[in-house]
Amino acid sequence: MDDRFATAWARLPDYLSQHVMLSASAMALGLLLSLPLAILAYRNVAVRWPVMTLASVIQTIPSLALLALFYPVLLALSAATSGLGLQFSALGFLPSLLALTLYSMLPIIRNTVAGLQGVDTDIREAARGVGMTSRQMLLSVELPLAAPVIMAGVRTAAVWTIGTATLSTPVGQTSLGNYIFTGLQTENWVFVLFGCASAAALALIVDQLLALIESGVARRERRRVLAGAAGLALGVVLTLAPSLAGARAGYVIGAKSFTEQYILSQLIRDELNEHGLSAQRRTGLGSSVVFRALAANEIDVYVDYSGTIWAMQMGRTDQPARGDLFEDMSAWLLETHGVRALGPLGFENAYALAMRRDRAEALGVSSIADLARVAPRLRIGGDFEFFGRQEWAAVRDGYGLRFAERREFQSTFMYRAIADGDVDVISAFSSDGRIAALDLIVLEDTRGALPPYDAVLLLSPARADDEALIAALEPLLAPSRSRRCARRISWSIATPISVASVKRRRPWRVRPGSIKRAPTSPAPSPPPLRSDGPPLHRGSAASLARRRGVLPSMRGRICPIARRPSRRASHLSRAHR
Amino acid sequence: MSSPAISLRGVRKSFDGGASFAVDAVSIDVAEGEFLAIIGGSGSGKTTTLRMINRLIEPDLGEVLIEGQSAFALAAHELRRRIGYVIQGVGLFPHLSIAENIAVTPRLLGWPREQIEARTRELLDLVELPAADYAARMPAALSGGQRQRIGVARALAARPRIVLMDEPFGALDPLTRDTLTSAYRALHDKLGVTSVMITHDIQEALLLADRLAVMADGKLIALGAPADLAGGDAPPQVRALLDMPRRQAKRVRERLADG
Ligand SMILES: Nc1ncnc2c1ncn2[C@@H]1O[C@H](COP(=O)(O)OP(=O)(O)O)[C@@H](O)[C@H]1O
Ligand SMILES: [Mg+2]
Repeated sequence: MDDRFATAWARLPDYLSQHVMLSASAMALGLLLSLPLAILAYRNVAVRWPVMTLASVIQTIPSLALLALFYPVLLALSAATSGLGLQFSALGFLPSLLALTLYSMLPIIRNTVAGLQGVDTDIREAARGVGMTSRQMLLSVELPLAAPVIMAGVRTAAVWTIGTATLSTPVGQTSLGNYIFTGLQTENWVFVLFGCASAAALALIVDQLLALIESGVARRERRRVLAGAAGLALGVVLTLAPSLAGARAGYVIGAKSFTEQYILSQLIRDELNEHGLSAQRRTGLGSSVVFRALAANEIDVYVDYSGTIWAMQMGRTDQPARGDLFEDMSAWLLETHGVRALGPLGFENAYALAMRRDRAEALGVSSIADLARVAPRLRIGGDFEFFGRQEWAAVRDGYGLRFAERREFQSTFMYRAIADGDVDVISAFSSDGRIAALDLIVLEDTRGALPPYDAVLLLSPARADDEALIAALEPLLAPSRSRRCARRISWSIATPISVASVKRRRPWRVRPGSIKRAPTSPAPSPPPLRSDGPPLHRGSAASLARRRGVLPSMRGRICPIARRPSRRASHLSRAHR
Repeated sequence: MSSPAISLRGVRKSFDGGASFAVDAVSIDVAEGEFLAIIGGSGSGKTTTLRMINRLIEPDLGEVLIEGQSAFALAAHELRRRIGYVIQGVGLFPHLSIAENIAVTPRLLGWPREQIEARTRELLDLVELPAADYAARMPAALSGGQRQRIGVARALAARPRIVLMDEPFGALDPLTRDTLTSAYRALHDKLGVTSVMITHDIQEALLLADRLAVMADGKLIALGAPADLAGGDAPPQVRALLDMPRRQAKRVRERLADG
């Protein structure tokens, strides 16, 4: 508890600073756009309806969707304008800023129009009667009188913006939402709570300062207005100090939104730091977003999986041998995107279908082919991506799978759902520690419908020949390991491993955020699921971490591939065939 | 002889595209220093006529001359800065102090600061609200009568030569109203301005004005000094109008004698 709290606390300056920067910019831009629009709408009835309707419609778009929509739009815009020498990132700050700005506009526009309309007609007539132009009337009579109502709208907008800014994490903008998204992925509820509490506290403080300004405006007390404004300015300056002081790091490491990816990105950063290179991470990105970001040079490096590229990016449904797939993929990446596949990391993380052991045995299911027979009576759960992916289409069509019900979960809750029996089958990552921890079995893919998923380091086109970066990443790659390991890799590439064997592998557990504490000695049976740390994908990031000396006590003890087809497991898989 | 302060020549105004006329071919000359009262029933076009003088409403047809010059020779807001305007609702700016309210037009005209301050004090004295007590107050801290005095002070601030008033004291109690109308008439004479005041109270009009303009259905049905209008050639409805205060005065006298 204390440890995770300390970790959360240590990240606060960075997260808070980015959060404040984003929300303050969005509010400033929102005000800058909303006020003139509202004034126009107030004066011109023909404009009023479209403006108010558009603002309301934007408000009905779920905020996460609005954030997600800006990414492809900006990407297309960036591509269209790159010929003009205009370079901007479609990821991170810009899409978040635009979405939040749009989001902040409705309350400001609505209240400004209402406030202006509420000005007494006698006062307006008097203003014209004393000889004010319409501009003078607006500035010295209408706006001052509408100010309290406008300020109330600004307050609402500020609270919304600060809350919604937490959702900018998945499009690559660091915010207080990083606590929530990371916490959700790694089952670190301290993080989730910390993120909620800090965002709520920020919103509350800003709201109170704006309330002070609002009451000052309403009562025409300059002191209150000044105090509120000074409080806001001070807060912005103080929280922005960390991000203004430290210049942003050079290399950008991307990561998708699951545990293994968080840890891998951290490993890569540590590795770069060790080589004297500075780096920052953009975690929690969607699968396709992260790839496109790499191709567009918005991130420099990340880890993807060969099968994912094969199916999702290349759109292939055939299934060549492991080595051929890797070669074809590398060539395709380089040709079509200029992306360099630096090499495999030496472990895999495949999509697989998993069931609870007791349920599978009761139904007599051990392979996907078996599953197809009983599927119409069963419910399947998947993560948010799975049912949209080629792989699902491939197994579904390859085996003729029809389920009674299909549900989608955030992956943490997907595992909970199968543990509690809410669903019968899930789309698991074959190397996920929770498979063993929850006593699930991975169904054998006898027809080879699912492609192999070797983790592979990808470099952006701009970094494809970056010697310093490549030298720093070299130690992470599979070939640089001991001869014994190397042998095992070639063996594992030559010998397709039955997914059934995977279930015998042991989960290693690593604390989220800091891969410092060594796990307990590798016992033959999996440790029970603990609530204070996330289960980690087996034979993958954890072993890599250990190999790289991040887990000192484990240094040199484990070669990840070495334990992949344990003798017992390969016997078992042979026995299955 | 100098040209009239205000000259309306055949002005017409329709709010419904010509189907009906709120003001229909009205011509009035108001001489410099004259006090004209416009009287008539509700909806007879008094306000519309008045507002065409300072171009708060633009006439569809006809001419408006201010001191011999077309009202359209200037930008509307510049014209309005030269003409004082008082309305029944007063329309004091609630976010400005009394002094700031009075100073609005001089400020728009870019007067120097000291001059504005001196003028503000002078006007507060003129409307009998001592500057020491009232200058810094907000409008909400005044009574209705006091607010209307400030409305008059604001209209006079930039030394206009013409003052337009639309039922300025209509919402006040009779006693206050009587005090204020007499006080205003005194100011009118003292400053030598030209005043046009709308009222629906014939008695007030008779007591106050040099001449009366009587309106009905958008038309000017009579124009002249009280004595002229009471004469035999006035239209019957005008005579009935003028008869009323006479009959009322008689009954009041009788009842007081009875008591
Ligand atoms: N802005 C306006 N739009 C439409 N009709 C108006 C407007 N102002 C006045 N009118 C109409 O013009 C006529 C004269 O109005 P007004 O000059 O205000 O009368 P009065 O001041 O004598 O009561 C009325 O029938 C009124 O309804
Ligand atoms: Mg009127």
